[in-house]
Amino acid sequence: MSVRTSSPVEGRVDADDVAAGGGTPSPAAGRVVATSPGARRRPRDLRKTIEIAVLVGPALLIFLAFVIFPVIMAGYYGFFRWKGFGPPTDFVGLQNYVTIFQDPTFHEAVTHNAIIVVMSLVLQGPAALLLALLLNRPMRGQSVIRVLIFAPYVIAEVVVGTGWSLMLQSEGALNGLLEKIGLGAFTQDWLADPGIAMWTLLGIITWKYIGFAVILFLAGLQGIPQELTEAAQIDGASYWQIQRRITLPLLGPTLRIWAFLSIIGALQLFDLVYIIWGQYVASTAGTSTMATYMVANGRNAGNYGYGNAVAVVLFLISLVVALVYQRFVLRRDTAGALTERTDR
Amino acid sequence: MTASIALPRPPRPRQTGRLPWGSPSIYFVAIVVVSLMLAPIAYIIIGGFRTNSQITTDPSALPAPWVFTNYADVLVSTTFWGEVLNSTVAAVVTTVGVVALGLMASYVLARYQFKSRGLLYAMFAAGLMFPMTVAITPLYLVVRNLGLMNSLGGIILPQIAFALPTTIIILVPFLRAIPDEIEEAASIDGCSRLGFFWRMVLPLALPGVITVGILAFIASWNSYILPLFILNNEAAFTLPLGVQAFASQYSVDTAKVLAFTSLSMIPALVFFSIFERRIVGGLTGAVKG
Repeated sequence: MSVRTSSPVEGRVDADDVAAGGGTPSPAAGRVVATSPGARRRPRDLRKTIEIAVLVGPALLIFLAFVIFPVIMAGYYGFFRWKGFGPPTDFVGLQNYVTIFQDPTFHEAVTHNAIIVVMSLVLQGPAALLLALLLNRPMRGQSVIRVLIFAPYVIAEVVVGTGWSLMLQSEGALNGLLEKIGLGAFTQDWLADPGIAMWTLLGIITWKYIGFAVILFLAGLQGIPQELTEAAQIDGASYWQIQRRITLPLLGPTLRIWAFLSIIGALQLFDLVYIIWGQYVASTAGTSTMATYMVANGRNAGNYGYGNAVAVVLFLISLVVALVYQRFVLRRDTAGALTERTDR
Repeated sequence: MTASIALPRPPRPRQTGRLPWGSPSIYFVAIVVVSLMLAPIAYIIIGGFRTNSQITTDPSALPAPWVFTNYADVLVSTTFWGEVLNSTVAAVVTTVGVVALGLMASYVLARYQFKSRGLLYAMFAAGLMFPMTVAITPLYLVVRNLGLMNSLGGIILPQIAFALPTTIIILVPFLRAIPDEIEEAASIDGCSRLGFFWRMVLPLALPGVITVGILAFIASWNSYILPLFILNNEAAFTLPLGVQAFASQYSVDTAKVLAFTSLSMIPALVFFSIFERRIVGGLTGAVKG
């Protein structure tokens, strides 16, 4: 599906390139290389190294300092009972982890996360796919509809949370509306009823994030060459046959990437739950997540050692899920990502 | 997600003139979906034009009469504008930082050849798996140890760091797709690699740059968990914290909360609707398999 442009320009492979290439020893593309290796290599290499360092250095530094380093430190702090002041001294070994795995509140949070992961895929995937197919047909008003569907995704979680929680109160607009149109029997305590709250949350999540899926799918659909569908049309295939046999398989990589992003997002869900249900109500309403558990029992309770241990658990769960997904689902998509242009 | 496409494909053949009308059933579905998407937003915006007694009597009605005092009160409050300023500064500096650092790093990852390149790319890409939530507790400690609590710098630097993976993943395919011939031609004409970066790469990668810029801006504008941990002082609050503080402070004044909330979402919405086409274009380059 992808059109590679690595042009095998006549050139000489120099030692570095082969080492970096690992796989395909195709001739180095691009650079005009000096004919005698020994003579001009040194100054060129030095210059190249400096350029690489200057260009990557700042990004690498900030990435290491604020992404990698904190994750490593979480692993360290997780072994201590620590209130966050001064250096941690009260080493407790694996005690924090034992507490986490024995805490029923945490088990509930994990269950909620699992429900959210699965239901996000089930609710958003098919609906977003149909919408994307619909919006991909040439018709007037297309771009306006696209913007409007994407609007909730752009709005801050805080705004969404504040708005929805006002609307869904038992005396709120939704119940009022239901009464008015004669569906009074369907009024609910949307936020506080433990049997309903999770579905409310799933509804809000679908509303907020489906636009992202639609726009991603649309981008994928636009990459499918029109010649294919035209050829199928000439051969007499119906619209749905074309979608089923041509569009869907070719959209596979996009679908798999979206599913990956959705799963990771669902595992880390924090903002909406914390804003709508607050830190305490979330567990009684049955919407707590691992992240809200982490904040409530870590920072808000002043137990930084424990909070860091929860962060490590959350991190490991995400990592395992990500690796399993990469290994079994994404493999064919990413296979080329690192190896394809090793000739450079 | 593999880097693909190269040359911009010729525009799709389209009938000259306007697009055809679709079938009525499609418009029906579209209208239903769009109304579902817009109803909650409309509730927030319209609710701001009502009074509290109107809201209490009938929570789901239109304003009767329309009142403008809620919006007017918010618009003259210095708290609101202070928070707008903080949010703007944080979002603009984050965006500039992400684009500058991300573009430089992506350029190297896309067009230089060196031993640790694969490793470097894999490391940045791995960052994609871990949104800020997972690292927030230790991140807070790092920021505190740097003495950046209650300052915008304390949220800008981590935001840049966490936006880098997406940026690099989107930009690298763009930069790779620039044909080698252009670089050769430039080099024959005496253009250095860095000169090539400024004169050719930057203009050619502009669609990708705009996409990552918008994504970074909106992410920063909406960011909640990081300011929640880093900013405790009301003077340093960004809008999301401001909305929450306002909502709890005026919890009985629903109408004013709705007015404050709707005003705070306008910038991101406007920003997005201007650049919507660009985002789809940018993602097309990055996502295509």
